[in-house]
Amino acid sequence: MDPIRVVAEKCVGCGLCVKACPYDAIAVADGKTAVVDLSRCTVCGACVEACRRHQAIVITKRAFRGQDVKAYSGIAVFAEHRRGKLASVVPEIVGAALALRGQRPPAGSARPAGVAAVLVGKDVRPLAQELLSYGVDEVWMVDNPSIGDFDENVMAEVVADVVSEKKPEIFLGGGTVVGRSLMPRVAARVLTGLTADCTELAIDPETSVLRQTRPAFGGNIMACILTRDHRPQMATVRHKVMDAAPRVENPTGVVVDMGHIKVPASRIEFLEFVEEKTETVNLTDADVIVSGGRGIKDPKNFALLEDLARVTGAALGASRATVDAGWIPYSHQVGQTGKTVKPKIYIACGISGAIQHLAGMKSSDLIIAVNSDPSAPIFDVAQFGIVGDLFEVVPELIKRLKAG
Amino acid sequence: MKIVVCVKQVPETANVRINPETNTLIREGVQSIVNPFDMYALEEALRVREKQGGTVTALTMGPPQAADVLREAVGLGVDDAVLLSDRAFAGADTLATAYVLAAAIRKIGGVDLVFMGRQAIDGDTGQVGPGVAENLGIPHVTDIRKIERIEDGRLTVERLLEDGIARLRLPLPALLTVTKEINVPRLPSLKGKLAARKKEIPTWKAADLDVKAERLGLDGSPTQVLRIFTPPKPSGGKVFKGTGAETVDALLTELASGGISLRKK
Amino acid sequence: MNYFLTDEQKEMKGLAARIAREKIAPVAAALDESGEFPWDVVKAMAQADLFRVFIPEEYEGLGGGVFGMALVVEELSKACGGIALAYAASGLGSVPILLYGTEEQKRKYLPRLASGEILAAFALTEPDAGSDAAAIRTSARPEGDHYVLNGTKQWITNGGEASVYTVIARTDPSRGVRGTSAMIVEKGMEGFSFGRKENKMGIRASATRELAFQDVKVPKTGLLGREGMGFLVAMRTLEQSRPGVAAQAVGIAQGALDKALSYARERRQFGQPIAAFQGMQFLLADMATQVEAARALTYAAARSIDAGDRDVAGISSMAKVFASDTAMKVTTDAVQVFGGYGYMKDYPVEKMMRDAKITQIYEGTNQIQREIIAQQMIKEAARGGK
Repeated sequence: MDPIRVVAEKCVGCGLCVKACPYDAIAVADGKTAVVDLSRCTVCGACVEACRRHQAIVITKRAFRGQDVKAYSGIAVFAEHRRGKLASVVPEIVGAALALRGQRPPAGSARPAGVAAVLVGKDVRPLAQELLSYGVDEVWMVDNPSIGDFDENVMAEVVADVVSEKKPEIFLGGGTVVGRSLMPRVAARVLTGLTADCTELAIDPETSVLRQTRPAFGGNIMACILTRDHRPQMATVRHKVMDAAPRVENPTGVVVDMGHIKVPASRIEFLEFVEEKTETVNLTDADVIVSGGRGIKDPKNFALLEDLARVTGAALGASRATVDAGWIPYSHQVGQTGKTVKPKIYIACGISGAIQHLAGMKSSDLIIAVNSDPSAPIFDVAQFGIVGDLFEVVPELIKRLKAG
Repeated sequence: MKIVVCVKQVPETANVRINPETNTLIREGVQSIVNPFDMYALEEALRVREKQGGTVTALTMGPPQAADVLREAVGLGVDDAVLLSDRAFAGADTLATAYVLAAAIRKIGGVDLVFMGRQAIDGDTGQVGPGVAENLGIPHVTDIRKIERIEDGRLTVERLLEDGIARLRLPLPALLTVTKEINVPRLPSLKGKLAARKKEIPTWKAADLDVKAERLGLDGSPTQVLRIFTPPKPSGGKVFKGTGAETVDALLTELASGGISLRKK
Repeated sequence: MNYFLTDEQKEMKGLAARIAREKIAPVAAALDESGEFPWDVVKAMAQADLFRVFIPEEYEGLGGGVFGMALVVEELSKACGGIALAYAASGLGSVPILLYGTEEQKRKYLPRLASGEILAAFALTEPDAGSDAAAIRTSARPEGDHYVLNGTKQWITNGGEASVYTVIARTDPSRGVRGTSAMIVEKGMEGFSFGRKENKMGIRASATRELAFQDVKVPKTGLLGREGMGFLVAMRTLEQSRPGVAAQAVGIAQGALDKALSYARERRQFGQPIAAFQGMQFLLADMATQVEAARALTYAAARSIDAGDRDVAGISSMAKVFASDTAMKVTTDAVQVFGGYGYMKDYPVEKMMRDAKITQIYEGTNQIQREIIAQQMIKEAARGGK
């Protein structure tokens, strides 16, 4: 049976599905009934969504037999660490796990639903204590010198075995470089589904399945994903998306030593790690840009904008006036004679918005302007503007963002 | 050296949007392109071939029109290209995709090195590379920004992490996913493009591979899309007036209601 | 407008457009300012096989002919007429070898020109011999198995950067026009030096230099055609390369038109985009029509040459004169559309206007072109019509 088909009786030939299909895989034949071109269709479901009203398109699948769902219970998180420190995303996925646990009572399983951290590596016992302080019930630990910081191949085997033995129904990891390398290998080994970079996780109250929401097409679309028949339901979450679990006064969790898990020989030789904090973000590639104009009044005030740039993870831009005045190098100039940028967010501080400047940044997805002059042309292109003294507004913004 | 590069045909995502009224994908003017990260993978494969000798084969799984990306790869100078296309492959998530790609690489046989781009710009998952490596039982390293040397059957590589570079050495056969920092992709040449038109590109179907039917396509995909929707966008042209604290508060509230955070990611 | 290009022609055009977008556009303004020769872009063009377009297949080219070359030059010129000229002038310098070279000469030079490894240049003009090409004084005195070359050539495009120069010189002072010959002179030959790079109004990324010959020994194996054919070689060469100049002009004009249209749609005055005003629309419509007509003429001339048509002098000159006059007008109009901003170097159109001017002057001034056209008309009328 085809994975997707049109129920002819329900189809009214409105063609909304045709408009929705990103792959040109559906057409309305004779103006009456939609027909799917299976050679082009990727079964993404956009047409099903478009046909909400008539529900004339049906996707059926028989997934290859998955694990025994009822045997799985509880939520586990992958405790990524490097050079003796837990990755900053870990408290956040612990927080997400605790939130999920709070969303429903354990169902159909003898074991209570707990939250556990999977900790594998060399000399990791101190990290186990730290994990317990975030409120996890158990730390499943494999402390073994053969597990290197950068060897996801060995980690994947060990983690897969831990997870297969302990059977958590949900397994979360950080959407970090290591996380995005490890989790798919684990999923391929265990044969389950993995959803990357989730921005929202919630337990469906009816089916008890995890609803995983994530961006696609560069963030232009959001998709809600389910892993119905396979366990654990794996997902990664990026840093700064979920709220970190608070530290617990008197942790009651325990460390479960999983030393019996077989650790394979490593094929990856670690040579060295060179720290390289890339502070200077490339202007043209930056997702966020904080830009300053003549309104900052003095070159030293770029330091204030740099603070804002740091807190927002932005690159620093400048108007032609400030560059011509020698306040900042030409490489920061945005505009007709500078760089043309198209970031997701452009924050213009003290920039009036001369045509010259707009030419370089008006295609930004979101423009926020701060200027003391309410008639400044920048407000014509900004989606949000603050009329005020930037020396009051910017420090306040920094303060609010730092506080989280 | 036998090198395989897995490439993907993707929609030019910058233009994919949802019509806010009908909540359907607007696909007017959306072209299909080679996944940009794969261009870096192709370039690196060609450079390795230039240094070490051997062959480069481009591989893709997709509908028949995905052959276009293979022709582009041939235009750049790869030796061979294979299209994996079958109705049975349709609807594959990353697990099913990795399964099929691995089966094809096994069929090509004797592969020393597999290159892939770090992620595809439509799915943005970066999951297929590690999945293929697991299926093949070979080591993998992601986010490669430089191959320092290939000597005595081992690769010395630089891996780009959030806070620095890890230098690692691993044996062949192996799989690498590459970042944009690794090279500057060459432009195709006319001779290459004209040869690409005539190049025979075989299509392999499910029956040509050693695969289990239940692991293919939608059936072989544990994850399923329940629904898609457009992320809420802020309405335009709001100007806030007041004290620093008031206006910043109003701005952040407004942004939050649109699901936008200014905090560093 | 669909010109029914073959698939191969579409590839050539497409790749040239890509190079224009990715390699030329980002550096055009900076190179215009500095006058530096665009070697990086030349390398990219070579790697993409663009230099193969105008070389026949037998000599490692793609056999795209004059039309293929015109397509490429047009696309490159949309981004910068000066940078495109490095490519087009090498084509011009290759034509004498293509038309009059012996098998040996072709095998010696054409493959390396096709790969873009070396560039060519064509040297006819002298300080006292511009339109009056017959008045050239550079002498090539026959002496045993070589010629001794003395004299100067002026305003030679790719001068100093090219490795191969096709030079027209006087081998027999007693015979006027029939005393000139064409020969291949290589950079590095003793006595062959270059003057300083000219400081030009436009096409500033193009290298324009004086060539100085001081007792340069040019082997007789470098003679193109026979002694006395120099003028003929020059005229046939220019005839074949005029569509290239025309294509450059069309490209410059189109580039200016595209910028003007884009600006007119964005610039708001009196509460509307200026593109909404009828006066502006009429101006834009005229610009577009003129560019399209220039393009059609250019393609027609190129196709005639490639088809082996013998009577191409007239249409070739028509294409050159019309396209270059159009480029001058359209770029001037484009500056007008931009208003005050158009006059500023911050905006790209003033450069295009400066670039356009030369197309009305070189490869035969537009006055000479008109003479050629008139003579062609009269000759045909005398023969009893077409």
